[in-house]
Amino acid sequence: MTALTDDTLPMTPRAMRDEMIMFGIMAVLLAVVPFTGIYPFFVMQGLCFALVACAFNLLIGYGGLLSFGHAMFLGTAGYCAAHALKVWNLPPELGIVVGTAAACVLGIITGYVSIRRQGIYFSMITLALSQLLYFIYLQAPFTHGEDGIQGIPQGRLFGIFDLSRPTTLYYMVLIGFLAAFLLIYRTINSPFGEVLKSIRENEQRAISLGYKTDHYKWLAFVLSGTLAGFAGALKVFVAQNASLTDVHWSMSGEIVLMTLVGGLGTVFGPVVGAFVIVAMQQYLASFGQWVTVIQGVIFVACVLLFRRGIVGEVAHFFKRSL
Amino acid sequence: MAAETPELKRTGAERESMQALYAQLLVGLINGSFYALLSLGLAVIFGMLNIINFAHGALYMMGAFVAYFLLNIWGINYWWALLLSPIVVGIFGMILERTMLKFLTGLDHLYGLLLTFGLALIIQGVFQNFFGSSGLPYSIPDQLRGGMNLGFMFLPVYRGWVVVFSLVVCLATWFLIERTRLGAYLRAATENPTLVRAFGINVPRMITLTYGLGVGLAALAGVLSAPINQVRPLMGADLIIVVFAVVVIGGMGSIMGSIITGFALGVIEGLTKYFYPEASNTVVFVLMVLVLLVKPTGLTGRAA
Repeated sequence: MTALTDDTLPMTPRAMRDEMIMFGIMAVLLAVVPFTGIYPFFVMQGLCFALVACAFNLLIGYGGLLSFGHAMFLGTAGYCAAHALKVWNLPPELGIVVGTAAACVLGIITGYVSIRRQGIYFSMITLALSQLLYFIYLQAPFTHGEDGIQGIPQGRLFGIFDLSRPTTLYYMVLIGFLAAFLLIYRTINSPFGEVLKSIRENEQRAISLGYKTDHYKWLAFVLSGTLAGFAGALKVFVAQNASLTDVHWSMSGEIVLMTLVGGLGTVFGPVVGAFVIVAMQQYLASFGQWVTVIQGVIFVACVLLFRRGIVGEVAHFFKRSL
Repeated sequence: MAAETPELKRTGAERESMQALYAQLLVGLINGSFYALLSLGLAVIFGMLNIINFAHGALYMMGAFVAYFLLNIWGINYWWALLLSPIVVGIFGMILERTMLKFLTGLDHLYGLLLTFGLALIIQGVFQNFFGSSGLPYSIPDQLRGGMNLGFMFLPVYRGWVVVFSLVVCLATWFLIERTRLGAYLRAATENPTLVRAFGINVPRMITLTYGLGVGLAALAGVLSAPINQVRPLMGADLIIVVFAVVVIGGMGSIMGSIITGFALGVIEGLTKYFYPEASNTVVFVLMVLVLLVKPTGLTGRAA
């Protein structure tokens, strides 16, 4: 298996410092958004997708596993959180826990099945599993089929913070995003992350060194799915609905596209990519189906011309790790 | 018909229920034909190009649309479409291979998947822009109208034709690859392209032709399905995911394996439609999970 990122730099103190500075800049920029007049709904949506893309990137960029079914975590967590909030009347924090836990369980099950095959088969299996869930959700009564779960109450976080106020909601989403981002960053640079990278580079050798690679891949899959589910649960508060769109294969494709545009295997790439794609959909909404065509063209252009993605190209130019 | 045989002495309700079962079995066989033709094409392409062709569903749709254009713009009938549509779409595929897929040689498998996924989005998006999402009718050719009474069931001639013709095409493809000199070159080039090139065989041209062949099979399935399922821009989008599951179950190592798995899964799906309709959309995926749990390498394939 050829490496995805042909110029991954070793984790030096300088690289670590660069990335922490970038993280600081990103956090500050995102924190001042409510004071700039930028439409907070747009940024919140971007943050949720950025988190899904980061979780997806943990698998593909560091484990070499291309999941074509990550929408199933987004959608499952969304449905479960929405159901918990609306039907069980749980408070927001428990709604998020229910959604995230559902994605975690789903990750344990689907991961067990899909890591049994490598490479291209893994992608096809994850795609088929997410299609299986799509049909289940289409028929299950609690999802309300084509209508989805609508009018979800936002409630008060910990009984104090009123999430129906856009600014409060924004900071909850932002804090959730930053915390999950740091968790992913820590994972990448942990001994666990190093083993994962070694599996990406040469699985046979990792096995010969005594690592149970299946366990590592499974754990990475569960972690990635859980975090994608966490993003899905947060998204319920932003969109106030949970629908079949979030489980459809085209959503999985968009998650792949976001990460590819930003840069596979880069720390900040998925965030940049997610905002680029969400912004594109916002501004091109009036073009109807041409948005699909443009997405397709971006896919083709990225694969043929910019395999490093936006952040990857920038990092390569400055010879930094971003 | 011999109405005195014990099978036909059943009550009317029982007979009706058996009729429904046979009808679903036939639908299953037809879907199985499409699964077989499509997974066969995927397997052939994967063997030579090391690419999973995500655009396969979109090209299947294009096959149906080319047949539709031929009939409604130039008045060219179904029989010519059966020949011309795979050629047109095959040439389109070969252009894609020459201009884009070619540059992926030596890169990770997943880039092929991503590129062809992008191509599928482009093709489907363009057709959706011009034709919306609803279906366009394509009528059954006069020679294949009507039906036959087989005694135990009524068989619409066109549906029988689709099953028989697909089977013949599948077997012909198997023969071409497993039993002819050209097929031997192809199999050799799959194993070791460099060595085959050293024998003076033009491997890049063979790769292009292989992609054209695989894509042509998809287009042929599209033409066959046009009178049954109507012509829709998204007709291949969901189908290709089922075909992926078929490929995971059967593995891509063997041509005959793809054919048998395709037909078998179609029949199982048809039976599910009869016995437990709620699961008919999901049964192939559930079977995939079961196969992965019991025999992770797939039924016929080698470990990947």
